[in-house]
Amino acid sequence: MTDIQLRNTVNSFGWVAIIIHWVSAALVIFMFGLGLYMVDLGYYDPWYRDGLTLHKSLGVVFCAFLSARLIWRLIGLVPTGAKGGGTVEQKMAKVAHFLLYLLMFFLVVSGYLISTADGRGVEVFGLFSVPSVGEFIENQEDLSGEVHEIIAWSLIVLAGIHALAAFKHHFVDRDKILINMLYPGKK
Amino acid sequence: MKKIIQTMVLAFAVSGASNIQAAEYQIDTKGAHAAINFKIKHLGYSWLAGRFNHFSGDFSYDAAKPENSNIRVLIDTKSIDSNHAERDKHLRGDDFLNVSQYPEAKFVSRSFEVQDKEHAIVKGDFTLHGVTKLISFPVEKVGEGKDPWGGYRAGFVGTTQLKLSDYGITYNLGPASTHVELELMIEGIRL
Repeated sequence: MTDIQLRNTVNSFGWVAIIIHWVSAALVIFMFGLGLYMVDLGYYDPWYRDGLTLHKSLGVVFCAFLSARLIWRLIGLVPTGAKGGGTVEQKMAKVAHFLLYLLMFFLVVSGYLISTADGRGVEVFGLFSVPSVGEFIENQEDLSGEVHEIIAWSLIVLAGIHALAAFKHHFVDRDKILINMLYPGKK
Repeated sequence: MKKIIQTMVLAFAVSGASNIQAAEYQIDTKGAHAAINFKIKHLGYSWLAGRFNHFSGDFSYDAAKPENSNIRVLIDTKSIDSNHAERDKHLRGDDFLNVSQYPEAKFVSRSFEVQDKEHAIVKGDFTLHGVTKLISFPVEKVGEGKDPWGGYRAGFVGTTQLKLSDYGITYNLGPASTHVELELMIEGIRL
């Protein structure tokens, strides 16, 4: 058990970063589908309420994962020894990764501002509630809703490009970048 | 007896027609002595209530010639408020009011059919969700007189029921929730 690599090394991601990455990816994709689906449901659909309840609960979970990965990134290493591609590609990757973080952050914020615009908190699986910080602008839920939708689409498109880039590393450059995100490389 | 009073009122009105001018009033939205409320059945088990926070309007009214009254009310549909942000967002969206396309609802009266000193049937054009329909509903005068701050006020209340699908709002809220009740409570300050 002691040889399970939790932390990142210079050359590869550790299990913590890998798990956070894939759980976040799964949440982003699932929540994107759920979000599109739930807003078009009829009033009498059983998922009319449960869809939104689940979406909000998972949103808070996603926020926890986002915070965890930022902290993990700040206190640990970011693998830099296994870069592929040219310098331009590496710069683009940096910008894209920064944008992914930014979009994820504002996705959470905009979603939160919809549901809390009337002072209600965000219930998480009926266990606890994240309190509202109030309404900052009139009809905050409308503007936040539009922003939330635009960010969600931007994120899913950018994540798609991110995935294509990973495939490019694997199939064209034939390097270890994608494999690195599946399990920690040998030391 | 009623007839006699009406005749007397009429006679008075006619005799004074040249020097009585119908008073113009502005609805006191500034002081919020006016409200546009709505309620709709929820699932058929209870009522859901809400209101429009922003509207404006004016009316002209003369107790001597109530049949010459008229009223105009403009409602900012964006200001719908059912005390629940997620629901309000849904109500403003294209399933319901579609406020980005139809930011204004309005009522412009055409005629007042006086029933007695306090009651009349108002008929007029109501525009909602881009659809204009001629509707009529009863209004009741609550009172009029001087206010303590040097002004003069008159107040009315009117209620009507709208079928949502008449105005192209067809989102299915269930068989008990096809109609919405609107209540207009206005206080006007004489200009």
